[in-house]
Amino acid sequence: MEFDPVLLARIQFAFTVSFHIVFPALSIGLASFLAVVEWRWLATGNERYRDIYKFWVKIFAVAFGMGVVSGVVMSYEFGTNWSVFSDRIANVLGPLLGFEVLTAFFLEASFLGIMLFGWGRVSQRMHFVATCIVAVGTLISAFWILSANSWMQTPQGFTIGADGRLMPTNWLEIIFNPSFSYRLAHMVTAAYLSTAFVVGGVASFYLWNKRHIPEARIMLGMATIMAALVAPAQVLIGDMHGLNTLKYQPAKVAAMEGLWETEKGVPMLLFAVPDEKERKNNFEIGIPKAASLILTHDLNGEIKGLNEFEGKSPPVMPVFYAFRVMVGLGMLMVLIGWSSAVQYFRGKLFATRWLQGWWMLMMPSGFIALLAGWFVTEIGRQPYTAYGVIRTIESVSPAILGPQVAWSLMAFVVMYTFVFGAGSYYILKLIGKGIPAADEKEQFYRHGIEATVTEGATEKGDNHV
Amino acid sequence: MFDFSSLIDLPLIWGVLIATAIFLYVLLDGFDLGIGILFPFAPSDKCRDRMMNSIAPFWDGNETWLVLGGGGLFAAFPLAYAVLFPAFYIPLICMLLGLILRGVAFEFRFKSGEGMSRRLWDYSFHFGSLGAAFCQGLILGAFVQGVQVTGRNFSGGPFDWATGFSVMTGIAVVFGYALLGSTWLVMKTEDVTMEWARKVASYVLSFVGIFMALVSITMPFMNAQIKTFWFSTPNIYYLLPIPLITATLFAMVWRDLHRQKREYRPFLASIGIFLMGYLGLGLSLFPWIIPFKYTIWDAAASGPGLSLMLCGVAPLLPLILGYTGYCYYIFRGKSGHEHMY
Repeated sequence: MEFDPVLLARIQFAFTVSFHIVFPALSIGLASFLAVVEWRWLATGNERYRDIYKFWVKIFAVAFGMGVVSGVVMSYEFGTNWSVFSDRIANVLGPLLGFEVLTAFFLEASFLGIMLFGWGRVSQRMHFVATCIVAVGTLISAFWILSANSWMQTPQGFTIGADGRLMPTNWLEIIFNPSFSYRLAHMVTAAYLSTAFVVGGVASFYLWNKRHIPEARIMLGMATIMAALVAPAQVLIGDMHGLNTLKYQPAKVAAMEGLWETEKGVPMLLFAVPDEKERKNNFEIGIPKAASLILTHDLNGEIKGLNEFEGKSPPVMPVFYAFRVMVGLGMLMVLIGWSSAVQYFRGKLFATRWLQGWWMLMMPSGFIALLAGWFVTEIGRQPYTAYGVIRTIESVSPAILGPQVAWSLMAFVVMYTFVFGAGSYYILKLIGKGIPAADEKEQFYRHGIEATVTEGATEKGDNHV
Repeated sequence: MFDFSSLIDLPLIWGVLIATAIFLYVLLDGFDLGIGILFPFAPSDKCRDRMMNSIAPFWDGNETWLVLGGGGLFAAFPLAYAVLFPAFYIPLICMLLGLILRGVAFEFRFKSGEGMSRRLWDYSFHFGSLGAAFCQGLILGAFVQGVQVTGRNFSGGPFDWATGFSVMTGIAVVFGYALLGSTWLVMKTEDVTMEWARKVASYVLSFVGIFMALVSITMPFMNAQIKTFWFSTPNIYYLLPIPLITATLFAMVWRDLHRQKREYRPFLASIGIFLMGYLGLGLSLFPWIIPFKYTIWDAAASGPGLSLMLCGVAPLLPLILGYTGYCYYIFRGKSGHEHMY
């Protein structure tokens, strides 16, 4: 059997990075959420906040751990599978990734220890500082990695040497490349929204089952604020990001819109089945002139079609559908956020069961939308790795043959299914187990209690932290 | 665009920095991988809880040094990154899979109940650590032997790394990490766990000695350059302290473990042993970064990138070391076995 190493390497990268990104997204959101919750606890002295903190910090630990281990893979996969790409762009992107490790990873990893295990070893204030440092660390990390990713979408600030290797000419142009600010805002907001829907979903699950009602009300309230305000903001940011893409990567936008020929007054397709062979769409359902209006702010604005970018345009089908999944879920989030806000002001949010049902259903929606969005932007970058500069086909490691990549891909699929399946299972189990209340502290420190029962006071040095 | 290339030897500075990062990784993840290697041999589940708790606050930070090693190589010596990583494709992927298995075990083990699922994560922690350590040793051995290069690309076969020598260094690293792990436990635990760790450490110590001797003898025979470096005058006089200090450190660990008084010194002396071994390797291979093919100057990234990163590293590295030290200080003392959340 013949293996195409380029295709396999792409699938492997897509698979590992898709699995990876879900966890950092949850970590970014949860870290900031935890910082806010701990701040409320310190400010109000309300123990409910402490219980909420102690509950979510366990889920955060699982998410963070899985983010770390799946992230190490990414930093090595560049070299193993994409050695030519690495060699050619290292002078430009190397420092960005280096700074990510130096300014973010160490910060997060070190203070995570205090955040998880530091109770009783550091003051409450210091513990709060540790939480904030971790939260800031996740954001710094997002800053650098999205800068590097955006540079691959909209590269600038370099020259190409005789040997094909890129040389940096202006760091500010490289770091603050044209699509960076949009992508950073879009991704961080997406992480916050995804987390809000997880928190809101869990809260609704408890309200639905009449468990932990005081905590669940706080959690659903916070989630509602996020969803009602941030979801519409995300739609706006996404729109601005789209305009930026139209300017720098028009082929990607053409694929997103399913537009083959350059046209004026382009309709916004709600549904269609793009046919790449015939280069046309079947079963189109669309709103006339809407795409032109959104993208050019003119009902008869012209948008370039895919046929203008022969050999330089991405595969249409995945980009087209992923885009619709993302936008559809985004709209649903806005709807749920606003409905919840309305119900809140009517004083009925915590008693509206149909809405709680929706919140529960929407728990994974943020991650699905986030992955769909990444599919749009990354598949939309094809056939390049660095847009317009290096093609994907010339990026791959020449010495790595198909069978090797096939073998390792299989190993990753098996391992990730096992490990991340278990991770999801434990997270769900934690949610099912519920929030340990202050007076249930005994149960909370189960292992500690066991020790005192079996050994009495003879054990010294048991730091009951 | 600022560039210090004309003022200082950037590749040399970065070579030292990357080597330092890798060494710190070996030390820090070394002891927690070592604990994974020794995990199933511990006398009781309670000991295992203690072992796990003694490293749980640190392992994330320790593993970050590996990301710095990989990311740093990419940023500072892209040619080495692009040649060596495809050359060690299979052991690298296996190492990553091992690190995933053991990394998640920290969280899952605490969250699973007693019985079967606990066992599952105990073993995933053990085999993950063992596999990752062995693969790191394999890579070290294969690296020392050199890889086949054409132009700027690896041109050898997928199994070039599999040699008798690399298998030997693989086993050597497993024992080395087990030494770091067991002496760490002597320092961080007490009672039964500490007694057991002492016994294990003194047992492992002899294997570490044998393997270090084997590697030291084999290397000069494998390569004439290394042989002349170590055995020509006057080098031999300058280099003599390395084996002498190593031997002294071995004797020190041995005595400390048997006299049963010192609790910190075995770990510190083990670090010393690693440092000597690493220094010996580093000096033998200098200035090669893809042994016997490309030097650090051939493989270095361009001046502006290295200069920019140097400006970042100069304040950040001391800061990182500072707060890493702070975290170790917060969790000083003997670790208990209870759930720490």
